Amino acid sequence: MTAHIDTPISSTAEREAVIRSAGLAPDEDWVIVTRGIQRDYDMGGEVVHALRGVDLAIRRNEYVAIMGPSGSGKSTLMNLIGCLDTPTAGEYWLNGMLVSDMTDDELARVRNREIGFVFQTFNLLPRATALHNVELPLVYAGVPSQERRQRATQALERVQLGDRATHRPNELSGGQRQRVAIARALVNEPAILLADEPTGNLDSGTSAEIMRVFESLAAEGQTVIMVTHEADIAAHARRIVVLRDGRISSDERRDTFAQRVALAQAAH
Amino acid sequence: MPFVEAIRLALSQIRAQKLKSFFTLLGVTIGVMFLIAVVAVINGMGRYMEEEFAGKLMGVNTFTLRHRPYFEMHTTDEEWRSFARRPRIYLHDVEPVVQALPPDVMWAIESRDQIPVSTKDMRPRDVEAFAVDGAFFEIRSLNVESGRLIAPHEFANGAKVVVIGQDVKKRFFPTTSALGRELRIGGVPYRIIGVMEEQGSVFGLSVDKFVVGPMNSPLARLLNRRFGVIDGIILKSSSMQGMREGMERVRQVMRGRHKLRPSQPDNFSIETTESALTFWAKIENILVMAGIVLPALGLVVGAIVIMNIMLVAVAQRTREIGIRKSLGARRRDILSQFLVEAATLSTIGAAFGILFGIGIAALVDRMSPMPASVAPWSVITAVILGAGVGIISGLYPAARAARLDPIVALRQE
Repeated sequence: MTAHIDTPISSTAEREAVIRSAGLAPDEDWVIVTRGIQRDYDMGGEVVHALRGVDLAIRRNEYVAIMGPSGSGKSTLMNLIGCLDTPTAGEYWLNGMLVSDMTDDELARVRNREIGFVFQTFNLLPRATALHNVELPLVYAGVPSQERRQRATQALERVQLGDRATHRPNELSGGQRQRVAIARALVNEPAILLADEPTGNLDSGTSAEIMRVFESLAAEGQTVIMVTHEADIAAHARRIVVLRDGRISSDERRDTFAQRVALAQAAH
Repeated sequence: MPFVEAIRLALSQIRAQKLKSFFTLLGVTIGVMFLIAVVAVINGMGRYMEEEFAGKLMGVNTFTLRHRPYFEMHTTDEEWRSFARRPRIYLHDVEPVVQALPPDVMWAIESRDQIPVSTKDMRPRDVEAFAVDGAFFEIRSLNVESGRLIAPHEFANGAKVVVIGQDVKKRFFPTTSALGRELRIGGVPYRIIGVMEEQGSVFGLSVDKFVVGPMNSPLARLLNRRFGVIDGIILKSSSMQGMREGMERVRQVMRGRHKLRPSQPDNFSIETTESALTFWAKIENILVMAGIVLPALGLVVGAIVIMNIMLVAVAQRTREIGIRKSLGARRRDILSQFLVEAATLSTIGAAFGILFGIGIAALVDRMSPMPASVAPWSVITAVILGAGVGIISGLYPAARAARLDPIVALRQE
């Protein structure tokens, strides 16, 4: 049932041209490249411009936080990066593939192979065990059941939940649920781990625990992109992109960001 | 998603909501149950007709000559009038008919009707009374349990003797022997000389409630008021071939005796067990039609219920659909998930229906006079119908689920 599209949809030359035109170094390993992506919504005849042209490039192994107040377009950007949605205009290259004009089924495949989602509300299937939840992406990847179980168990062990495999979400604490969700996101070895307010439903102690998990994943070389509106959570990332009114208003390393925030607070 | 996975998922979904699933299944279960049971009864009766009824009522290689058909349905008024105008069969027809046949053909004549009989101490009861002559008992394979059959001289003299069936014996002489006792038929006393073996029943109607007396006795006048008129001649050949030839010869003899021109149709009826079976086939068709309406209603109700339940399921599980899509489920994965779920649900319903249907058929067979035997084709049809109803009624809800936008679906609380 699974169609395999293992060759990139567009040629390497075309991609290189895009990278050059974006002023990026072609010899670096760019996992995400967006060129002027826009997203408009038709709200009952009135067009809302959620994204007004975003150029964003992220290298493999980067740990990036996307920040912004509500209405800044960060959710829209996350949906586009996560291939849940396609841009109204602009190009989006993910791991060498031009995903901005893919069909629904191709997008589903990209979500399955290249993206691991971690949601604010965990989004686990309530009736399924932790193990089965983690197995789900492998089911849609067409992995045979024995290998599936094995890989899912490994993923659970990676987040220290090997002993909770047969528990259902309602038998787990919030932090454990989020770790199951992280295991599920990692099980297909995705190009990017995409977390949307991953600590939004957790107390500060548990939040710290989850952030340590992200920290160690990033240290292992996993590309992590985290969408949040909390500055102290974003401060865990090594690079912080701030959106405002559908555009990138700043994109800087953690230390410069921290300096600027400190200055801004001092000015108040 | 692999098919096995989809079925496993569907089963766990059904297990999770046992009560709801039960009510969902009910329509399909009832429909299939009726299908299996009704077809089993029809099938059982059909088999019974072929194996027993025809033999019991008519006999193998046997045909009858009557003035109008015995097995007839949907007779129009016009046909009725034409039957009534037909000449009757007379005693003096017997000899020429029998003469025309080879010597190995057995013959008997009969007149029959429901009339009351009584004894000195018991009130009258309606029984099937036969006035006969010839090899009636041999052709009908009737044997005595006690006493003896009517002797040739008693036939010739029209002796007032009768042999009686088991039911008549039990009714009038429950504790004592009936032999030598008196039975009053139309006020005339008859002596009981024999009690016949039990014949059993046809469709629950006993065929043991009969008395048989000689054609020459006064009994004949109670059954056919006009002198010399008989109901029919029964002829039994030793082979199928002999029967076919015999039928044609009898036809020619009777056409001659009724002085029919070649252009005129027969004004008498020659019937075989085949006529009985043709008659049955006509009844069977009507029963099958009736038997289809009931199950069909159940299945339509079942389909509507399943569609409804699946629509509710899609609405309730919008979030789940969103999650699955975010993890890489394609439209067709979601579509097949819900289709398989609906089909599994309804196939399970059909399976229960098959079990209950077989149970009902067994009950009917044991507890009621109607024979029933489950037809294999009805079971196969039930399974296909079950899965089909599920797929058809799941199609629209599943398509709705598959079309959901993952972003919208994920936002659902």
